[in-house]
Amino acid sequence: MNLQAWRTQHQSESLHGYNFAFLDDSAKKEIRRSLLKAVAIPGYQVPFSSQEMPVARGWGTGGLQITLSLILPEDILKVIDQGCDDSVNAVNIKKFVAKVAEVNSTTDTQAATLIQTRHRIPEEPMSEGQILVLQVPYPEALREVEPSELETRRMHAEGDYARMWLYLYEDIVRYGEISISYRYPVTVNDHYIMDPSPIPRWDVPKLHMSEHLSLFGAGREKRIYAIPPYTRVEPLEFEDHKFRIEQFPVACSRCGSCNSYLDEIISDVDGSRQYFCSDTDYCDKRCA
Amino acid sequence: MLRVENLQKNFNVKILGDKHIPGCHDISFQLKAGQFVSLSGPSGAGKSTILKCIYRTYLPGSGHIWYDSANYGVVDLATVSERILLDIRNREMAYVSQFLNVIPRVSALDLVMEPILTRNGVSYQEARERACHLLQRLQIPEELFEAYPATFSGGEQQRVNIARAVSWKPRLLLLDEPTASLDVKSIDRVLELLTELRQQGTTMVGIFHDPEIMKKTASHIYPLQ
Amino acid sequence: MEALLKARRLSKIFGPGCSLCNESTGPDFDTNVCPHCHSVVACNAVDFDLYPGEVLGIVGESGSGKSTLIKLAHFEWSATDGEMTLHRSGLPAALAELLADKADQYTCNLFGLSQFQQRQVRNALMGIVYQNPLLGLRMNVSSGGNIAERLLGAGWRHIGKMCDRASELLEKTEIPISRMDEPPKNFSGGMQQRVQIAKALSNNPLLLLLDEVTTGLDLSVQARVLDLIRSLQREFQLSMLVVSHDLGVINLLCNRTMVMKHGRVVESGLTDQILQDPQHGYTQLLVASQL
Repeated sequence: MNLQAWRTQHQSESLHGYNFAFLDDSAKKEIRRSLLKAVAIPGYQVPFSSQEMPVARGWGTGGLQITLSLILPEDILKVIDQGCDDSVNAVNIKKFVAKVAEVNSTTDTQAATLIQTRHRIPEEPMSEGQILVLQVPYPEALREVEPSELETRRMHAEGDYARMWLYLYEDIVRYGEISISYRYPVTVNDHYIMDPSPIPRWDVPKLHMSEHLSLFGAGREKRIYAIPPYTRVEPLEFEDHKFRIEQFPVACSRCGSCNSYLDEIISDVDGSRQYFCSDTDYCDKRCA
Repeated sequence: MLRVENLQKNFNVKILGDKHIPGCHDISFQLKAGQFVSLSGPSGAGKSTILKCIYRTYLPGSGHIWYDSANYGVVDLATVSERILLDIRNREMAYVSQFLNVIPRVSALDLVMEPILTRNGVSYQEARERACHLLQRLQIPEELFEAYPATFSGGEQQRVNIARAVSWKPRLLLLDEPTASLDVKSIDRVLELLTELRQQGTTMVGIFHDPEIMKKTASHIYPLQ
Repeated sequence: MEALLKARRLSKIFGPGCSLCNESTGPDFDTNVCPHCHSVVACNAVDFDLYPGEVLGIVGESGSGKSTLIKLAHFEWSATDGEMTLHRSGLPAALAELLADKADQYTCNLFGLSQFQQRQVRNALMGIVYQNPLLGLRMNVSSGGNIAERLLGAGWRHIGKMCDRASELLEKTEIPISRMDEPPKNFSGGMQQRVQIAKALSNNPLLLLLDEVTTGLDLSVQARVLDLIRSLQREFQLSMLVVSHDLGVINLLCNRTMVMKHGRVVESGLTDQILQDPQHGYTQLLVASQL
C-alpha cells in the first residue's frame, strides 16, 4: 500500500489532524536528508534539527525520529530495550509508532523489517533489507578526551586520534586491560572513530561487514550517523592487546545458550546469582 | 696555505654614539704549510684581532684571508659562507684563546676527548687514551681528570685549553698567548707539544708575549706597528 | 652539504594588514605595529637555512618575533607569507613521495599543505619543547603516556614497544623509571622539562624546536636541562632551532645565531662572532646588557 492510498483510507480515523507517522513531511525530509548524508559518509556525525517529541529528550527521541521518518505502512516493527521486547520503554515506543503509523509489530528479529533498539544488537544475524535503529545518548566518541566540540570536529576531520589511543594506552598501563565495557570506540571504514552507542563489547563485532543497515540517532545531542551494509567496523585495539568480547562463566539458566550475551540476575530472596540471555526473543525461540 | 691581504678591522660601537675603535689595518702576511708564524708587536697593536678575524670570531672589515682548505680549495675566510667556515672549524682549524672559554660542567677529560671523538673518528677507548696521555704530558694531576676545569687554577685551565685544541691535530692552529699564565716548566711542555704537532704537519699562527719563547718556537716572525 | 630546512620570506601579520605594513614597521621605526592599519607585524620576510646536525639560535627580546618563527615552523600558526621546505633525502620514503615537488630534491612548500598533512609532517619529523610544560605535556596523563602519545600519533600500535621506548627515553633524560607511571603534575619544573624533552625526542625527530626551554627554572636546574640538551644533541646529531632571550643559553648550544627585533632579523652570524663582534646596535646593546 502506498502512502497516498493510506492517507485516503485513514483520513478520518483516530489520528485525525496528525500526519502519517506523527512527523510532518518537511521534518521527515530533513531527517532523511541527514540519513542519506550519514550513509554516504560512514561514521560521520551529521547534525540534524531534532524535533520536540511526545517523549522527553534522552528517552530515545533520536532513534524514534529516525524510525518515524523511515517507516512505511507495510513495515514490521520490533523495539527492544537492552535486548528485551517487553520492557516499559520498548513497549511504549512500539505502541506509539504502531498507533501513529499503524504498522504491525513483532518480537521476531527475522520477521521485523525495522528494529529500534536501545543498547543491544539482536543475537540473531540480520540480513539485507533490514534496518537497525540505535538510540544514542552520547554520539561523540572523543568527548571523554576532549570537551570542545570545535576541537573534536577538527580531530575527526584530520584523523587526529592520538589522544583517543592514548586514553586506551593509559587504561592498559593502569589496569592491565582496556576497562571500557560499553560504548567501545570503533573505526568505521578506515577513517572515523565512532561511538557505537552503549552496546556491550559483545555486540561490536556484529557491526563489522554486516548485511543490514545500522542507523544511529542522538535526539538530545542532535546527531545522526550510520553504518551502511558491508562496511568495515573495527574496534580500537593494540597489536599486543587485542579487543576482546565478554566471557561468561556459565550458560543461560533458561535456554542453556553458551553463545549469547547474558544478564546477571541476583535473587532478591536468597541473593543467588543466575544468568539469562539478554535478548529475550533469542531465548524464547530456543525454548520453544 | 694562508695569505692575509690588506686586512683591516675597526669596531663601530653604536651604543657609545657610533664610536670607532681601530682594531688592525693594512695587515698582509702569508705562510706556507708547516710554517709557524708569530705575530709580534706592542700590546694593543691588534695581534689578537688578526687571529680572531682569521677564525671569524671577528667579522673582518676589509681585505682578504685566503686559505687553502683541504675540502673546499682556496677560500676567503673573510667572506666565505658561515656554513663552510663552521665546517672548516670542525675539520681543520683550531683556536686557543688566552682564557679558558669552554663549556661549563664538563670534566677535563671529556673536554679533551670530545674533539678527538667527533673529529678523528676513533673509538671511545682510543680517544680516552689519547686524552689521558695529553693531559699527563701537560702535567695535569690525574685526580683532576674527572673534575670541572672551572675549579682549576689559571695555569691548569690554560693547559686543558691547549690540550683540547691540539688533541685532534688540526691542520691550522691559531694560538693567542697560549703560554701567558704558565710557569717555566709548563711552558717547556707546551712548546714541546707544539713542536711535535708542527712536525706532524700542523701549520700555526701564534702570539707570544715573551720574545724569547717566540724566537725559540716560531719559524717566521711578522712584526706589527 | 645541503640544508635540511629552508625557510624563505617567513611573515606573520596579525590584523587586516595593508600595503604599508612592511615599510612602516621594524627596528628602524622602533615598532612592529603598523601605524596605518594597526596590524602587528610579528615577523617579516625572515630567511634562514638549517643544516643537518646544526643548532641555530634565535635571540631577541619579548615581542621580537622569535617565538612566532617557532610557531610557524611547527604549523601552530599559519604564515601570512613565505615558504618552508625540507630536504627530501632525510624523510621516510612515504612522506618524501607525498611531499614531492616535481624533480626537486626539496619538498613542496609545507605551508601549502592541508592541516592533516601538516600534522603528519609534524608527527613524523618534528619535536618541540615549550617554555611552559603545560603546552607540551598532559599533566594528568602518566609520563610514559605523554611519550606514547607522540608515538601513537606517528602510528605505533604496540603497547610493549611503546613502554620500552618511553622508559628508554626517560632514562636518557634522567627521570627515574620508577616514576614513569606518574603524571608530570607530580614533578618539579626541571623534571617536567625533561619529560617534555623525552616526548619531543620519542619519534627521532629530524628537527627539534626549543622555545625558551630554561626560562623560569632555577639556575642549577637550568644548567642540568641545558647539559642534557647538549649531550643529546651530540649523541643524536640533532638539528635544532633554539629560541631564547638568554645569550648564555645561545652561547652554550648554538653554532649560528640570528638576532631579531620588531619582527626582523637585524643580524645573523656565527654565535661567537655575534657575541664578541656584534655589528648591529641592538645586538651590541644586548651583549653589553648581559649580566
